[in-house]
Amino acid sequence: MADMTAARTPSRRFRVPPALFPYLLSMPALLVCIGILVPFFTAVFYSLQRYRLSQPWNRAMNWGENYLDFLTDPSFWNTLEVSLLYAALTVGIELALGLGIALLLQKRTRVNNFVSIMLLMPLMTAPALAALMFKLMTNPNFGILSYFAQAIGFGDMRWGADPSTALLTVVLVDVWVYTPFIMILLLAGLRSLPTQPFEAAALDNVPRLQQFWRITLPMLTPYLLTAALFRLLDSIQQFDIIYAMTQGGPGDTLMVFQVEAYLTFFQSTNVGRSAALLIILWAITFFLSNVFIKNWLRLRERARGEA
Amino acid sequence: MTHQSPLERLLRGLALVLVVCFFIFPILWIVLMSFQTNETILRSPPSVVFRPTVSNYAAIISGHLDSNVASMGIEFMRNLMNSVILSAGSVALSLVLGVPAAYAFARHKFRGSEDIAFTLLSFRFAPPLLVLLPLTLYFQQIGLADTYLGLIWVYQLICLPLILWIVRGYFEDISPDIEHAYRIAGHSWFSTFCRISLPLAGPGIAAAALLAFIFAWNNFVFALVLASADKQPVTVGALAFVTASGIQYGQIAAAVVLSILPVLALALYAQRYLVEGLSLGAVKG
Repeated sequence: MADMTAARTPSRRFRVPPALFPYLLSMPALLVCIGILVPFFTAVFYSLQRYRLSQPWNRAMNWGENYLDFLTDPSFWNTLEVSLLYAALTVGIELALGLGIALLLQKRTRVNNFVSIMLLMPLMTAPALAALMFKLMTNPNFGILSYFAQAIGFGDMRWGADPSTALLTVVLVDVWVYTPFIMILLLAGLRSLPTQPFEAAALDNVPRLQQFWRITLPMLTPYLLTAALFRLLDSIQQFDIIYAMTQGGPGDTLMVFQVEAYLTFFQSTNVGRSAALLIILWAITFFLSNVFIKNWLRLRERARGEA
Repeated sequence: MTHQSPLERLLRGLALVLVVCFFIFPILWIVLMSFQTNETILRSPPSVVFRPTVSNYAAIISGHLDSNVASMGIEFMRNLMNSVILSAGSVALSLVLGVPAAYAFARHKFRGSEDIAFTLLSFRFAPPLLVLLPLTLYFQQIGLADTYLGLIWVYQLICLPLILWIVRGYFEDISPDIEHAYRIAGHSWFSTFCRISLPLAGPGIAAAALLAFIFAWNNFVFALVLASADKQPVTVGALAFVTASGIQYGQIAAAVVLSILPVLALALYAQRYLVEGLSLGAVKG
């Protein structure tokens, strides 16, 4: 009975017009949206200024000068090169490894399910802490990886401390953390594929390798694309692993966009240049995320349709 | 698919063992290391035979690090506490902000709805420093610098898109007919939302919350930029700890284990929902 009386009261009270109602529900999220967009536009504004925290009196608009300077700035081109190289290496290796492992675990057996759950552990480890773990593992005095390297004849391997192996070391950490991400997305994709094409191919005695190239891979493409773009978007902005491992060093070997921007802001206190760097990175990710979201939406609709 | 030659089975098994070794070994090694003293850690060649000690954990939990040179205090338990406060606080705020919005996006097509939803999604992919660096300057002006509240607000960049898009999917899966029926019976919108929609989407909301908690916990850059020593979570604290403690390798390992353990436990508990969460609702596990 109490329910009935409670239910009738709203009609007498103030009522929100139905058209405004969804806005009211999403208003708090919208406010947070605006709260985040304000600093974004501030960053755009900073990027068009000559602005050093150490010289506040010198602050003035210089419009595109920060960007124009990049054209002749070798450290900018180094940043662009290292970021792209890092992204290409990590995504490439992770995609190949992830696909391989997903194919290995495709059948729903008890062992496979157990392994796929175990493989989630690296992915759930904070990237910064993963870098710390590998830093300990590559310690020249007691690191197990250094020991292995020595055992197979690379006694002078200095991992993150050596410019020639620093990139390799951080890529290794990235691969360790994020390959399981690609793996579980592709595994979910593989297991959701229809079985009829494979049954038909088996009846016709189509070789397994050909089945893979002609049936599995094309049907898996939306999953591959989404996983690759997802990783690419994160990888090109990698900060945690590289900062925790070497802070962008040795020298400028690992000065990817966000590390360079961070150091430009806090060490050189050059706000204008730092903001301009980040805006360029944002432009790259904005382009990529538009491509990504299209693919992502298609997959999402497919998953919803199956529900 | 079903008939495999013995050779193929052997190769598959071997590959599987290699994969498990590569991905599990580092965690195992760190755990082993955390139970050793510096003397056994520095042994060469490394060996798995050692007398386990809990002295590293004892030092971290009690906050006192005694070595033969000096005694120093460790604030690592405070970092752990900060991680709990920041992650739980951000998830709670995200749920309050995100669940009603997710419901609105799932049930109503209104002008600008998709724009807001996609703008929120795009936060997930924008470089975090782009927002963080101007915020360091703003936060000092409006007094949010070095407060839990300021950090929790910024953590919405991680939690809100996740909660919004996963929960939206769960609401879309519920037929609106049930809600209509309950409303026709004379119940208000609010009681329908609380009694029908929320319980039906409950498991999804819980999973999204758990995942958001994990991502907040694992975050590094937000607190690195915005938090001073007494507000730092474990990710930043562990790094500072390395610099401070220098060569106390056993304690560093113990600190790493303590930082990743809670999250690994949560992840195992929520693993059924991880695929969906990691893909922001695009792929179902």
